[in-house]
Amino acid sequence: LSGARSGVAGASTVEAITSYQHASTYNNFYEFGTDKADPARRAGTLKTRPWTVAVEGLINKPQTLDLDDLLKLSPMEERIYRLRCVEGWSMVIPWVGYSLSALIKQVQPQGSAKYVEFITLADPTMMPGIRSNVLQWPYVEGLRLDEAMHPLSMLTFGMYGEVLPNQNGAPVRLVVPWKYGFKSGKSLVKIRFTEKQPSTSWNLSAPQEYGFYSNVNPDVSHPRWSQATERRIGEEGGLLAKRRKTLMFNGYEPQVGQLYAGMDLKKHY
Amino acid sequence: MKTAARPASLSPKWVNQWLMHWTAKPLLFAGGCLPAIWLIWSAVNDQLGANPAEALIRSLGDWSLRFLVIVLLVTPVRTWAGWPALARMRRMAGLFVFFYASLHLLAYAWFDMEFVWGAVVDDVLKRPFILVGVMAWVLLLSMAATSFDRVIRAMGAQRWRWLHRSVYAVAALAVLHFFWMRSGKNDFAEVAVYAAILTSLLGWRVWRSFMRTPSPAAKRPSR
Repeated sequence: LSGARSGVAGASTVEAITSYQHASTYNNFYEFGTDKADPARRAGTLKTRPWTVAVEGLINKPQTLDLDDLLKLSPMEERIYRLRCVEGWSMVIPWVGYSLSALIKQVQPQGSAKYVEFITLADPTMMPGIRSNVLQWPYVEGLRLDEAMHPLSMLTFGMYGEVLPNQNGAPVRLVVPWKYGFKSGKSLVKIRFTEKQPSTSWNLSAPQEYGFYSNVNPDVSHPRWSQATERRIGEEGGLLAKRRKTLMFNGYEPQVGQLYAGMDLKKHY
Repeated sequence: MKTAARPASLSPKWVNQWLMHWTAKPLLFAGGCLPAIWLIWSAVNDQLGANPAEALIRSLGDWSLRFLVIVLLVTPVRTWAGWPALARMRRMAGLFVFFYASLHLLAYAWFDMEFVWGAVVDDVLKRPFILVGVMAWVLLLSMAATSFDRVIRAMGAQRWRWLHRSVYAVAALAVLHFFWMRSGKNDFAEVAVYAAILTSLLGWRVWRSFMRTPSPAAKRPSR
């Protein structure tokens, strides 16, 4: 799966790209287990075809899209994004997909739609982790409509020029590079437009630790650890590589800062 | 006459003889060093996966817990299996707990905190789970520092025994530390295993002391 170089501002960092090996074996995808090696070991059971995504809620054109419809909806682009996990590590990954806004424009949100909810597959026959009660299933994430419409918000089908490996959220996932990684839902089956802020899985599980916004922010600590620095996976020097300073909005402040103008980001963490 | 049920190689006599032999301590010592050697080899050869610092810190924590289980197993196993000579190894096992816990703390201060001591102090004060881990290590340090024969004699058996009972506090603190660490992922399966083992080892001691306590009437007046 290839994509043309993206023209979206901020979409092509020139930092060293994380190895495919690391990006596809060190994953958080609790539907396959909570250990980071679990998804790569166990996601082989996920059947990614046939696959449909239902788009519903406060829109003029509710529809269920087949994966092939989604793949053809907009031209594929390659975007090299930083990925910052809330746990304090980061990667640089070349994703293949297009701006989520292309899909949103097609379904025509109504004036009352303020939020977008992203719902992940929760099929216990394919996902052994569903049996545990780590989180509330299905995994739900959400964005404000203007965040979802931002050109950097990406509907993603591939990485490293290939179709997404199952453990990275095949066949279709979200990538929102200025937010902690858990905001970017994997293996999406439903997208719903709502007036009220959706209840998201991590927020339900630990509201004082994971806010709805969860923008990357070095000044707002997680209650159990600092977010000021991060460890870049696969960095030269291995064990002895220095941690990097975490950047506001993961370095995408010039592009997305205005979305939060006037907001107290310590309150809306 | 030999008891048929017990394999000859595990008969108390054979094991006891070996435990008294001069090769026993060096061999068990070498065995205790193996995890550390393996981890250092893996680190040097980049075999610790995508996040080597995390893998190293967590493995060292796991080994601290495992040696804690081993040291608390010494007395019950001595009693059950009839290997009194196992007591000779208890101090070494305890020092291995301290050794792996120290490496665990060192790896955290080095690779997570990069020896920025202000950040370490902030982190210890801010995160109860780190604080609990540090408290366990301080207790281990106090036991390691009083593990020499000369210190034991200077302290007197009574006080020494009292101090070294804090190994039970270490067990509780270590499990709490592990529990809090895993609470982020609501993943308590491994924590439960360690908690169950340590609780039953502690429970066995409580049960034994209860069984041994003579009735008040039979008690001798204390010195």
